[in-house]
Amino acid sequence: MTNSEKNRLKDKAFQVFGIFCTFIGLVVLAIFLFDIVIEGVKRIDWDFLTSLPSRRASRAGILTAWVGTLWILVLTTLIAFPLGVAAGVYLEEYGKKNRLSSFLEINIANLAGVPSIIYGLLGLEIFVRQMRLGGSLLAGALTLSLLILPIIIVTTREAIKSVPRSIRDGSFALGASKWQTVWFQVLPASFGGILTGIILALSRAVGEAAPLIVIGALAYVPFTPSSPMDEFTVLPIQIFNWTSRPQEAFLNNAAAAIIVLLIITFMLNGIAVYLRNRQQRKIKW
Amino acid sequence: MLNFKRNNTTFAAALLLSASLLLSSCGGNSSNEAAGNLAGTVQIDGSSTVYPITEAVAEEFRAEAPDVRVTVGVSGTGGGMKKFTRGEIDMVNASRQISEAEAEQAKASNITYVELEVAYDGLTVVVHPENDWVKDITVADLKKIWEPAAQGKIMRWNQVRPEWPDREIHLYGAGVESGTYDYFTEAIVGKSHSSRGDYTASEDDNVLVQGVSSDPNALGFFGFAYYEENQNKLKVVPVDNGKGAVLPSLQTVKDASYAPLSRPLFIYVNSKAAARPEVVEFINFYLDSAPELSQEVGYIPLPDSKYQEQKEKFKQFADSLKK
Repeated sequence: MTNSEKNRLKDKAFQVFGIFCTFIGLVVLAIFLFDIVIEGVKRIDWDFLTSLPSRRASRAGILTAWVGTLWILVLTTLIAFPLGVAAGVYLEEYGKKNRLSSFLEINIANLAGVPSIIYGLLGLEIFVRQMRLGGSLLAGALTLSLLILPIIIVTTREAIKSVPRSIRDGSFALGASKWQTVWFQVLPASFGGILTGIILALSRAVGEAAPLIVIGALAYVPFTPSSPMDEFTVLPIQIFNWTSRPQEAFLNNAAAAIIVLLIITFMLNGIAVYLRNRQQRKIKW
Repeated sequence: MLNFKRNNTTFAAALLLSASLLLSSCGGNSSNEAAGNLAGTVQIDGSSTVYPITEAVAEEFRAEAPDVRVTVGVSGTGGGMKKFTRGEIDMVNASRQISEAEAEQAKASNITYVELEVAYDGLTVVVHPENDWVKDITVADLKKIWEPAAQGKIMRWNQVRPEWPDREIHLYGAGVESGTYDYFTEAIVGKSHSSRGDYTASEDDNVLVQGVSSDPNALGFFGFAYYEENQNKLKVVPVDNGKGAVLPSLQTVKDASYAPLSRPLFIYVNSKAAARPEVVEFINFYLDSAPELSQEVGYIPLPDSKYQEQKEKFKQFADSLKK
């Protein structure tokens, strides 16, 4: 075997290995989806989406849960988006490289690894008790915002980093200030990446149950929230509650609720992909 | 689209039907009509074991008093008690009695309360269906298996009773954060919150059902409802407390012959809340409907006389607040 043949073989081997790695994740996801869909799809109908929780599995619905999830999603976005992006811009564009900045960097990276229930305990003390927000949507959204801020900050920084130096230099050369450069050049150019990060972070927030249970989100709420100060429940809590019931029929309900939650997550990811593609078409340099 | 429309009409029809049922059921009773005018909130949190009963009661109560907002959380007996003893909620679901520390905390924050029993749960000892050697188990056997000293020592069935085979024993039980664990250790080991640590623990009883039903060497315990729903996958073990082996059942739990593993489930009501008419109405409704609803969600109702006692207890408590 010649040297080039050997190399080609290695190349092939690595390719196969790569495909294998990719498929592990996909196969697991496929098995999971298949199982869930088989169990849950027959439970999904209009009544399921418009009914309140009930002790009878066949009558129970997820109205308050999915409305609560949407509320949380919107509020969390409104809170975490400006904070996270502003922090990312500061660290990347303004912050000087010194002890303080590396201290901040390490801490933000560490925050991303803190278990979510810890954020729940923090939220319980600060938002629910000190700020007297109670177990409200606002307290929940603030807690989840803390949870996803590190992810948003890190992805924002990565997106800003990928904007070529020359764009900034060109902007400065034309007499633009730092602020003008960031606002008119850097942010629009990195917006696709930032959005992707935010939506991935939100997909994580949507699936959280533990921190919300800690801050006092409920399992049985017979009304849909009408203001950010209302009490609420979310889909993951309803799912968690149903999976721990002894009756088989509740497990089917849980599967159906998981499908609805997955659809919400897929829609979010779809929006991310769409926005990113649109953004990329606009930018040419 | 057509499909959507049809479903929507069924939905509307169901609404109408339940509304008319509701009206007809309210008709004869004057106190129910009064309840219909009540408004306000009842905030409940606590045990996930008691949750199904409270959820069912809250669901039915909506028909009685549609303007009262009853909300129920599931932060566990311990988590619920923390909120209750700080006066953050009106009522707490508890799968065990209030602890001394919690009672202290309530006293410190000037909170008085009443304790009411609402149903029984029979902790059920189970083995794999292919297990043909365990015919019954004594409380002493269970203690020998579960006490802290057994850790790393009692590892085989024949160490518990010599006539049982020389096979490994695999244990499955409630997680240490649950009221179920506290109750089981109190009843079997004699000291609450004290047991061996080398067993498969889960807060989710369905996980324990899975574990025991797929492991021929298993021994586990969990709530009666989980056994009832999975009878074909599990074998229940009669428990002998010295007066003969008794199987858990509706009857034996209710008449307390299935001892010591039948446990009462509680609710605690804050006195400030019990001064509000919507809360009084809700608690009365709770005690009235608990016999039927607790059984429907898989628990065992108290004897009728016991419910009468609880009602009397609550009435006295509520009356004492008026003075």
